[in-house]
Amino acid sequence: MSFLKKSPWIIHYDGSSCNGCDIEVLACLTPMYDVERFGIINIGNPKHADVLIITGAVNSQNASVIKTIYHQMGDPKVVLAVGICAASGNFFRDCYNIKGGVDTVIPVDIYVPGCAARPEAIIDGVVAVLKLLEEKTKK
Amino acid sequence: MNMNQEIKELKENELISNVSRLFKEGYRLVQISCSKSDKLQLDYSFDKEYFLLNLRLFLSLENPEVQSITDIYWSAFTYENELHDLFGIHVREINVDFKGNFYRIQEDAPFLNSDSIQHGGKE
Amino acid sequence: MASRTIIPFGPQHPVLPEPIHLDLVIEDEKVIEAVPSFGFVHRGLELLVGKKDFHQMVYIAERICGICSMIHGMGICYGIEHIMKIDVPERAKYLRVIWSEMSRIHSHLLWLGLAADAAGYESLFMHCWRIREKLLEIIEATTGGRVIFGVCKVGGTRRDIANSDIHGILITLKDIEKDYQNISKVFRDDYTINHRFSNVGFLSKKDAFELGAVGPTLRASGVSVDMRKTGYSAYRHLEFEALTENSEDCYGRCMVRVREIFQSFNLIYQAAEKLPNGPVDIKVTGNPEGEYFTRLEQPRGEVVYYIKGNGTQNLERFRARTPTFANIGPLVRMLSGCDLADVPVIVLSIDPCISCAER
Repeated sequence: MSFLKKSPWIIHYDGSSCNGCDIEVLACLTPMYDVERFGIINIGNPKHADVLIITGAVNSQNASVIKTIYHQMGDPKVVLAVGICAASGNFFRDCYNIKGGVDTVIPVDIYVPGCAARPEAIIDGVVAVLKLLEEKTKK
Repeated sequence: MNMNQEIKELKENELISNVSRLFKEGYRLVQISCSKSDKLQLDYSFDKEYFLLNLRLFLSLENPEVQSITDIYWSAFTYENELHDLFGIHVREINVDFKGNFYRIQEDAPFLNSDSIQHGGKE
Repeated sequence: MASRTIIPFGPQHPVLPEPIHLDLVIEDEKVIEAVPSFGFVHRGLELLVGKKDFHQMVYIAERICGICSMIHGMGICYGIEHIMKIDVPERAKYLRVIWSEMSRIHSHLLWLGLAADAAGYESLFMHCWRIREKLLEIIEATTGGRVIFGVCKVGGTRRDIANSDIHGILITLKDIEKDYQNISKVFRDDYTINHRFSNVGFLSKKDAFELGAVGPTLRASGVSVDMRKTGYSAYRHLEFEALTENSEDCYGRCMVRVREIFQSFNLIYQAAEKLPNGPVDIKVTGNPEGEYFTRLEQPRGEVVYYIKGNGTQNLERFRARTPTFANIGPLVRMLSGCDLADVPVIVLSIDPCISCAER
């Protein structure tokens, strides 16, 4: 399964993010950072994806959407929570409509810190994913 | 600096006549907002040549009701549905009535029900 | 007669960077009606006023949206300063203008990229974002943040730009402008862009005004309304005109943004030239008591904040009516009667920022 190790495909879901982390995830794909040179492709279909990137906290509406996307993905799969909102909910956890971080609905493997998370940090997170994917594949 | 905005208090039955007068005079609907204290305070804001005119209404917390202005300003339905979904204000004769589904949230009228503010956060 | 079908559009859709949900009622290939609904990004942050004091609310306001965060922060600061009758130092006012214009350029470049992508022009998308990165470098060097600036605070700005750095910044900005000049020609003259955007998403002048459209959506229909003309902050000392287009379609909206980027560069040059010396903040004591409607011009249009203080640390009410929310009505009108294939372009043309709209 060396193709997995070399080029994970990602699917990005925007939870209740403020767009800050979203555009940084998108910025990773553009010429300055260009993760596509590593074979990392952002796709829309969960069945093709190895990595689920989630930005923003979980609210009452998107909890089921996140679960659906997660269960549609084939094994092995890795979840990357980008930004502080996805990790813990940030100060939004005090809001009535917010449940908390992504780990309240699905298991998260790697947290990327930052508000907004920098592209370098996101790429770092994706690199950490490669190792994890390899381990998961061996099992 | 307060020259460019004015707040005018109204009774509920004067709303429609005032709004239609403003429409004829060429005012643009800027927003409708609501604030909760011991009463509900509704602000209808209109703009003409950078002058902001606010029509203010007070409604009671029990069964608040107001007449829709969507006959005059068609696009006001977004604001009025917001009033309904977040503050539980019943808006009469609205042109596009979502019946509480404009904001897809679990609670009814979270902004009116201050209890939900206390329990909303997760520690 | 063809039967009617309802197609749900979103919340996850390849052309949408953000989750918006539209129910499209279609007959054959024509959209009869579009029904929007919210809630996927709704957080209810306006209610946080009860838990955070007014200094902390500035941070929260900045996180209403990560793209227009600078002006959200500035708006709440401006309102509180007005209520508390704080006279912000002149230098801070100019710095705020410089940073808000930078945020406008980066937001418009971002939009132009997405628009190019929607027109099937991936290389142009990449070029827009390549230029944008250069600008983000300046923003990061001066504010410390890439997308969320965090420089505004009640009473001034948190950071200063050293006079010795201004010269270098201007040189870089001129480079970026030259680079952008080439890109803007593509948007102006290219056949594909023209073909995709012209006569799509028609919104007449009368409709735009009566439906309460704001920002480029309104100005592209020939109505000259730009909140910067009210002269908040240092805008009263700068020369500029509200830019309008008369084509009343998606192409017009695109052109307004293309031209506004040049205008923003110009405003930064003017502000940098006039930048006075002095402190950038003053000490704030006491709590706000009173109410005020702040109106500023976001990249997406007019934004209204209602701020009400009751003499305590916590504001009594903070309400933000964001430009995207005001543009939902006009968007629904534009969508009725359009082709299904044009829906993505039309939705994109108002520059929807859903996290702004739902708060």
